[in-house]
Amino acid sequence: MATTAPPSETISATQEFLSNLRQLPRNLKDAWFRLGRVPGSEREESQATFHNLFLHLHSVRVHRRTLSPSLTLGLGLIATFSFVVLVITGLLLMIYYKPSTALAYPSMKDIHYVVATGRFIRNLHRWAAHIMVIAVFAHMARVFFTASYKRPREFNWLVGLGLLVLTLALSFTGYLLPYDQLAYWATTIGANIANSPRELTDALGITPYFDPGGLQKRLLLGAQTVGEDSLIRFYVLHVFLLPLLLVILLSVHFWRIRKDGGLARPEDPAGGWAEWGGKMQRVFEPLATKTYGLMAVVRGRRPPVNRGPEGTVMSWPHLFWAELAVFMLTIAITLVLSFYIDAPLKELANPAVPENPAKAPWYFLGLQELVSYSAFMGGLVIPSIAVIGLALIPFLDRRPGGEGVWFGTPGERTVAWQSLLFGLASTVGMLAFTVNFGWLRNWFPEIHQLWIIAINPGSILVVLFAGWSLWVLRRRNSVRLAAVALFTCFLVGFVVLTYFATVHRGPNWQFYWWPSQWPVH
Amino acid sequence: MPDANDVKPSRLAPPPVTRRSFLSLSALVSFLAAMGTALAGVLRLPKPTVEPGPVRRYKVGHPEQFPLGAETLFAEENFVVRRDAAGIYAIATTCTHLGCAVARTSEGFACPCHGSKFADNGRVLAGPAPRPLPWLEISRAADGQLVVYVDREVPPGTHFPV
Repeated sequence: MATTAPPSETISATQEFLSNLRQLPRNLKDAWFRLGRVPGSEREESQATFHNLFLHLHSVRVHRRTLSPSLTLGLGLIATFSFVVLVITGLLLMIYYKPSTALAYPSMKDIHYVVATGRFIRNLHRWAAHIMVIAVFAHMARVFFTASYKRPREFNWLVGLGLLVLTLALSFTGYLLPYDQLAYWATTIGANIANSPRELTDALGITPYFDPGGLQKRLLLGAQTVGEDSLIRFYVLHVFLLPLLLVILLSVHFWRIRKDGGLARPEDPAGGWAEWGGKMQRVFEPLATKTYGLMAVVRGRRPPVNRGPEGTVMSWPHLFWAELAVFMLTIAITLVLSFYIDAPLKELANPAVPENPAKAPWYFLGLQELVSYSAFMGGLVIPSIAVIGLALIPFLDRRPGGEGVWFGTPGERTVAWQSLLFGLASTVGMLAFTVNFGWLRNWFPEIHQLWIIAINPGSILVVLFAGWSLWVLRRRNSVRLAAVALFTCFLVGFVVLTYFATVHRGPNWQFYWWPSQWPVH
Repeated sequence: MPDANDVKPSRLAPPPVTRRSFLSLSALVSFLAAMGTALAGVLRLPKPTVEPGPVRRYKVGHPEQFPLGAETLFAEENFVVRRDAAGIYAIATTCTHLGCAVARTSEGFACPCHGSKFADNGRVLAGPAPRPLPWLEISRAADGQLVVYVDREVPPGTHFPV
């Protein structure tokens, strides 16, 4: 701490002022860096953590298991840090981008060709978005396969699901902004998926009285077709509303991690000797007399404050080094990708001629494949089933066990492998059948639309997956294993459909073995 | 004879509600009602009252410009105009599946986005399109030109007699 001369009668105010002026740099430094040096004791390390607004999100001590890279793979951190990159690069792009149909595309050209570092910043934004989407999906899979959604973390699983939806919504709204061909047609398709309940209401003949599809499309586009009104709506959603919601949910997500007692992990042994860090160490008895749960400090049966220090290390510096490493890794990957691979910018949007093929961003291509069977079933019903199913997992699978361990339930690894094969076989089989033999309309040209909505390759896959999961439920007599079966199948189906639509769908959504076989215009 | 105060609370004789809790509950309910109404009012705004998009009503020319058996494609406006013995008719070239512009092929129309195929008269031949291509309303403007309304559908087979 700085030693400032106390005001006394012996020195004049002028002297005091000059003395303060001389000590200004040092006092400024002390105001910023309150400790003034690298923390030397655990007490100072604790203070470094909780005297800083940004660091105090972390607990002072963190469990060793939490720091194990093989438990989390750093996926949540990667998603968070790519969001940080997105916010910064997004703000920079906003300086030049103009959200109007006449100016959007030229301003993108400016960013690409004229603005200093503009192309690189845009590439960073693009790649960070891809990485965030991948990381969020992978993070969800990690949390699922380590059973980390179980009590008391059900609520945080729901918050995470909200973050997944927001991430996808942010990607989708960002897609329109360049206002090139890709943007225009992907958004047209997206808006018409919102319109697709009309498929059902038209088939039932009730559209004039009840038209939720039309309402959704109008709310999204602000008009009947993509244009000025849609662009400004998407812009407001993309740069303000959705990021704001995401930051709020993200804060809740982090807050809940602390309140739920840190990352999920197996119960520590309660006393005696146990293996820690490769050697046997003494484990202290938990202090059973202190009931931190009653003080509402944290949830969980055995909160970390309740036990001996053997399983934990100081957050400063161990956790912060780990986070810094993941941050550097994220930045490095983003920088390298952005340096070598440019974000695409097609021709100016042309409402007369669609891109052929007009493909959505890759993470929506699995959906686009489903949509090519039935817009309503593939674009709305199946995604809704998936989201609702994901939301219900922690409430249907309530038996504790296996938290914080990869495939920690007995038999889980086997079921996951079997489900992987089952999901792979059924999805590939369904695709091969559809490509070779067509579907209902090819066989019965006059068939009613309701049949196609109800029975199409997408809905059949959902039924197959659900049937497999029910079989596992009965056979293995375990809700968790049934959930593993269903989740794995959906994950595999998503990956296979995405791959198939990316690689094997060409012009007119025809099947091709390779994009090089696409006909040349 | 038991005193009235000794009666056990039951479903038929519930415990008395105090004035304080009644007023608190009323305040809470009115707060929620006010917020709900405000929310509904706020959410009403994004739904456009008038369609702000371009007016999709196009003058396509005089009837003589459409000779018998010929077809004219209006690519920007997304429809075709044809004339046969019964008169003139217009068919939209926007796919009924997800709104892509369909391309003219030898057998009719084909959508590049998800592979829907349509016959010359708009009937669905293959693919995910739920409905035929819509036939559009035609009228004649004061200057004698034909006007096609892209947002107004007429039953297939409706011709504009000339």
